Amino acid sequence: MTRMSAEQRHRVRFILNGEPVDRMCEPRVLLTDFIRHEIGATGTHVGCEHGVCGACTVEIDGWPARACLTLALQIDGCKVRTVEGLTGKQGRLGVLQSAFRRNHALQCGFCTAGILISLDILLARDPRADEAEIREVLTGHLCRCTGYAPIVKAALEAAAALRGDTNREAIDA
Amino acid sequence: MKPAAFDYVRAESLDEALEVLRHEGSDARVIAGGQSLMPMLNMRLSKPRVLVDIMRLEELRKVEPRQGRIVIGAAVRQAELLEWPSLARELTLLSLALPWTGHVQTRSRGTICGSVAHADPSAELPLTLLALDGEIILRSARRQRRVAARDFFRGVMATDRNDDELIEMVELPTTNGKRCAFREVARRHGDFAIVACAAVETDRGARLAIGGVADTPVAREFDRLGGSALDDALNALAWDLDARDDFHATARYRRDLVRMIGRDLIAEVTR
Repeated sequence: MTRMSAEQRHRVRFILNGEPVDRMCEPRVLLTDFIRHEIGATGTHVGCEHGVCGACTVEIDGWPARACLTLALQIDGCKVRTVEGLTGKQGRLGVLQSAFRRNHALQCGFCTAGILISLDILLARDPRADEAEIREVLTGHLCRCTGYAPIVKAALEAAAALRGDTNREAIDA
Repeated sequence: MKPAAFDYVRAESLDEALEVLRHEGSDARVIAGGQSLMPMLNMRLSKPRVLVDIMRLEELRKVEPRQGRIVIGAAVRQAELLEWPSLARELTLLSLALPWTGHVQTRSRGTICGSVAHADPSAELPLTLLALDGEIILRSARRQRRVAARDFFRGVMATDRNDDELIEMVELPTTNGKRCAFREVARRHGDFAIVACAAVETDRGARLAIGGVADTPVAREFDRLGGSALDDALNALAWDLDARDDFHATARYRRDLVRMIGRDLIAEVTR
């Protein structure tokens, strides 16, 4: 049995946005803090730290999950994707991100990283997702700026683009 | 909002996990998906000396039929169970309640048994277990024992589990074509229930279970009652639950919801 002592740092290995990570951390370190402080990837935001606000949502093995309710040691061997993993080549915005920009689906931007991850997973699984499904996913996030309507609009527009039925106006020049 | 320091054991066998519990007792906590425990740790409402992670134990990852009942292991995540093709047929009530359990972002990691172990009075899964007359199978280094859901939940986040035990699995009778209904009122879909109700058709009428009001979920049998007799019985239940005013809702509102949703659900399953 391996008992990892509270005072010592222990090895944790996983894939972050396609790149292998091999670092050390104490057992009590949350995935949020590990990603931000140890790796330096600050796109993932820390809001409530008890699983309510959704700002820290990341993708773990294909599922959206709260990084603040996950210990870094728990994801040893997993595949993790954060908002940094959503941009296309040369840092260009992805389809969903472009739709967010066009529709003013963010104002302060604090909740945005988590929402993008949740919606990206939804649309990757089912680009036919309708408004009800999009709103259902959004119940796991708090946004205090937008009132959600522009977020829903952006998600529907991105879904249409991913399905291929879109018109020229909807695409960024 | 960071957990206090703890040792971490990634159990490689069930025996190993049980051994830690035998030695450490109440200083140890079992972690599976962590969706109930991690908030407690972050807020330091719980400060265990050692955390035992059971999520890598294949033997706890099963969902299987066993003599007209379904066994759900401690490492089965809520999202995984939702994807089990037989869920709607075999465990109709659970298929109705699970979408109300947290959000897709917490069901992805949270387990069925973890929510049962946590025993939040407003949680959907303890309520469902009670409504279906399910059983909790507890395991320690010494023995395995079964406890009926109606005897397991003792109070707010208090259960019949001893310090050296973990929930190995829960067992539910298949709903087998019986009508089931579930409804909940919360501030936001997926948040803690102000009132959650589950109803199951029985031979004599319906069993109605209520969560979010009393310190534990409460179930009651309703024979086929007509008109005002049913209203009286529901009113008695609403008062028996001893609702309290809190930040989210008044006691009066909770009693109203019990009376109204209770009536609707009983009608739905006895129709």
